Amino acid sequence: MRFAPTEQQEQFASNIASILEKECSAEALQLAGEEPSGRIGGLWETLSETGLMGIAIPEEFGGLGMGSSDLVFILEELGRSACSEPVAEHAAVAAPLITRWAQNETAREILEESAAGSRKLTVGSPIDERVVSVESSDLILLSKENELHAVPTKEIEHTPMTSIDPRYKTSAIEWSPTPKTLISKEPEAIEDMTNRGVLSAAAQAVGVAQKLLEMTVSYVSERKQFGKPVGTNQAVKHHCSDMAIAIEFARPLVQVASWAIDNERSPTENFTVSGEVSAAKTLASEAVELACRSALQCHGAIGYTVEHDLQIWLKRGWILASTWGDALFHRRRLGKILGLTD
Amino acid sequence: MDLDPTREQKDFRTEVRNWLKGNIPKETLPSMDTQEGFELHRAWEKKLFENGWSVVTWPEKYGGRDLGILEWLIFEEEYYHSGAPGRVNTNGINLLAPALFDFGSDEQKNRFLQSMASGEEIWAQGWSEPDAGSDLASIKTKAKKDGEWFVINGQKTWCSRGAWADWIFCIVRTDPDSERHQGLSYLLVPADSEGLERRPVNRLDGEPAFAEIFFDDCHVHSSNLLGREGEGWSVAMSTASNERGLNLRAPGRFTAVAERLVNLHEATEPKPDPSLTEEVVNSWVRAHAYRWQAQRTATRILEGEPLNSEPSIMKVFWSELDVELHATALRILRDRSDLITEFLNPSDETEWLMGYLFALAGPIYAGTNEIQRNIIAERVLGLPRK
Repeated sequence: MRFAPTEQQEQFASNIASILEKECSAEALQLAGEEPSGRIGGLWETLSETGLMGIAIPEEFGGLGMGSSDLVFILEELGRSACSEPVAEHAAVAAPLITRWAQNETAREILEESAAGSRKLTVGSPIDERVVSVESSDLILLSKENELHAVPTKEIEHTPMTSIDPRYKTSAIEWSPTPKTLISKEPEAIEDMTNRGVLSAAAQAVGVAQKLLEMTVSYVSERKQFGKPVGTNQAVKHHCSDMAIAIEFARPLVQVASWAIDNERSPTENFTVSGEVSAAKTLASEAVELACRSALQCHGAIGYTVEHDLQIWLKRGWILASTWGDALFHRRRLGKILGLTD
Repeated sequence: MDLDPTREQKDFRTEVRNWLKGNIPKETLPSMDTQEGFELHRAWEKKLFENGWSVVTWPEKYGGRDLGILEWLIFEEEYYHSGAPGRVNTNGINLLAPALFDFGSDEQKNRFLQSMASGEEIWAQGWSEPDAGSDLASIKTKAKKDGEWFVINGQKTWCSRGAWADWIFCIVRTDPDSERHQGLSYLLVPADSEGLERRPVNRLDGEPAFAEIFFDDCHVHSSNLLGREGEGWSVAMSTASNERGLNLRAPGRFTAVAERLVNLHEATEPKPDPSLTEEVVNSWVRAHAYRWQAQRTATRILEGEPLNSEPSIMKVFWSELDVELHATALRILRDRSDLITEFLNPSDETEWLMGYLFALAGPIYAGTNEIQRNIIAERVLGLPRK
C-alpha cells in the first residue's frame, strides 16, 4: 500500500502544468473565448509533443503505455488551468477504449496516428446528449445500446450548440451504426467508456475547484473593506475552509477510481470499479459546485463580470459538475451498486 | 500508487477478524458511562490486552505488537465492523500516550503505559475549564511548587470518563505571572488524591459521561510532571494533533456505521422515501472518502511528510459525517427515533439515538468546528488573522 503519486507521475504532471501555465494562461483563455473555434492556437500541438495524447496507448502502437493512475494527476492540472482542449476525451477516454476493446488491426491503424495527436479522437458520453469538440475531431467514439462504435466525423451530421462557456464546443449529432464502425458488442465496453469519461470529468473538476480556491484565497487576502482584508472575517474564512475540505476528500476518491480502472477491480472490499468512479464523481461534482458558489460569493461583484478571470473557471466548473453525470446521477448509480434500489 | 495490502497485512486482517469473531461479548455491554458498564468495559480492555490487541502500534515491551499505521487502520476497521464494545480508555491510549512517548522519562513510560494498555488504570482528560473551552490557553487552574510537590488549586470541567477514571492528565498554570501559552505545565494526577473532588455531570442521555474536578490544595508529586515545567503547552499540542487527526477517529468507526445504515435502510418496511435513500448514499460515500483520505494521510506519515492541514480538516469532516450518518438513520426511523428501550438489550432505535447523541458532541469537543475552520483558513490557506 502506497497511496501517493510516483516520482514519474509527479514529474509528468508538473511538466504539463508548466506548459499550461505558459500557453493556457487566463489571458489566452479570454482571447480564445472570442475566437469562433474557442481554442488556443498551437496548444494541442505543444501538448502532443510531450507524448500526452498517446499516454495510455501501448508502446507497440507508439504510445507511452501508461494508465489512468498516471493520467489522473495530469487531468487535475488540465482542470486547474481550465484547459478546454479535448485532451481528456482523446487521451483518457477514446484512446484507452480502442486499446482495450478494438480488434488488433483496427486498433493499430487508429492508435498509431492518435498517439502523436495527428488523428484526433473524441467521445460521445452514453450519459449526456451532446458531443464535445466534434468539429476538431477525426473520429468519434459512440455508444448505441450495448455497442461501442468508432465513427469518422465526416460520416456524422452535427448541429453545434452554444454554451455559456465560449471555449466549450459541443454538438448534437445524428449518426447510424454500421458493421464497419462497430468496435465491440460487450456491455462491459460501454461501462468502461462511462467510467473513463466520468473519471476524467471528476479529476478535472477537482482541479477547477483547487484553482477557484487559490484565486479566492489570494483575492480575499488583498481586497480591503472597513480598513482590513475581507479575508480576516470568519464568514469569509469559513467559505474558504469548506472549499478546502470538499477538495481534500474528493481528491483521494478520484485517485482511487483511477487505480480501480487500471486494475479492473476496486481496492475496497465488496465494491466495484463503477462504484469507485461514481463515488469520486459525486464528491468531485459537489466540491466544484461549492467552489463555484463560494468563490463567486467571496469575490463579490467583480467576480460577476466577464472581464474578471474568475468567470473562466466558474463556467468550466459548472460544465464539469454536470457533464458525464452530476452528483445526483451518480448518487443514484451508487444506490443501485450498494443494493439500496433496484 | 499501490492500493493493495501486502500478504502479511491480509493475514493480519484475517487474524484480527477471527479473534474478534470468537471473543466479542455476546450481549451488548451497558454504557461505559454507568458504573457497571465502566467496569465491564475495563474487563474487556484487559482481555484485549492479554491477547495483544489493546495497543497494536506500541512497542512490545509496553504490551503492543510494534505494528505500523497501516496495520492500525486494518485493526480499527475490523474492530468496529465486528461490533466490539467501545474503548473505555481512548483518552489514555490516544491522547495521553503520544505525549508520554514524546516527552515521558523512562520511569514514567514504565510506570504508566502498560497499566494504561491493560485497562488497569483508566484516564480522564483535565484540560477544559469553565472559562477555558475553545480558548484553552486561558487556563486559570494553578499549581505552586512546594519542595517535591505541586499544589493544585482550581477547577477543571468536561472531563470525559471523569466520573470513574483512575487518573487525570491536566494542564495547569505553574507560573502565576504567565499568560496564555506560557507558564503551563502538564501534570498526571491520581484521581484519589487528597484535595481532589469530582462531581459527575450528566450528558443529554442522563449518564455521567463527564465530571467537574475541583482542586483544593491537592498535592501531586513532581515525578508526575510530564515534560519540563512551563512546557505544558507543547506537550499538550503533541496530544491535540493526535486528538484532531487520525488517532482519535479511525475510519473504521464510520464505515462500520455506514454499513449499519445501509442495513437499516434494507430492513425498513415500507421502503424509505427515495430522498432518504439518497441521504444514505450521501453518508455512505463520505465515510468511504474518509477511509481513503486516511489511507493517503497514512502514506504521508510513513514517508515522513509533515501533517499541516490534515488534523483540522479531518476533524471537521469526521465529526460532521458522524452526525450526518446518525441523523439519516433517525429520519429513516421517523416517529420511533426518540424511543429508549431496555437498557441491557437496546433496540436498534435506541442504539441509533444514543449514537446520535454521542455524535453531536463531535463538532464541539477537541476544538469546535468553528475554531477548526479558522485554523484551516489561517494556517493551511494562509488567510490573514487581522
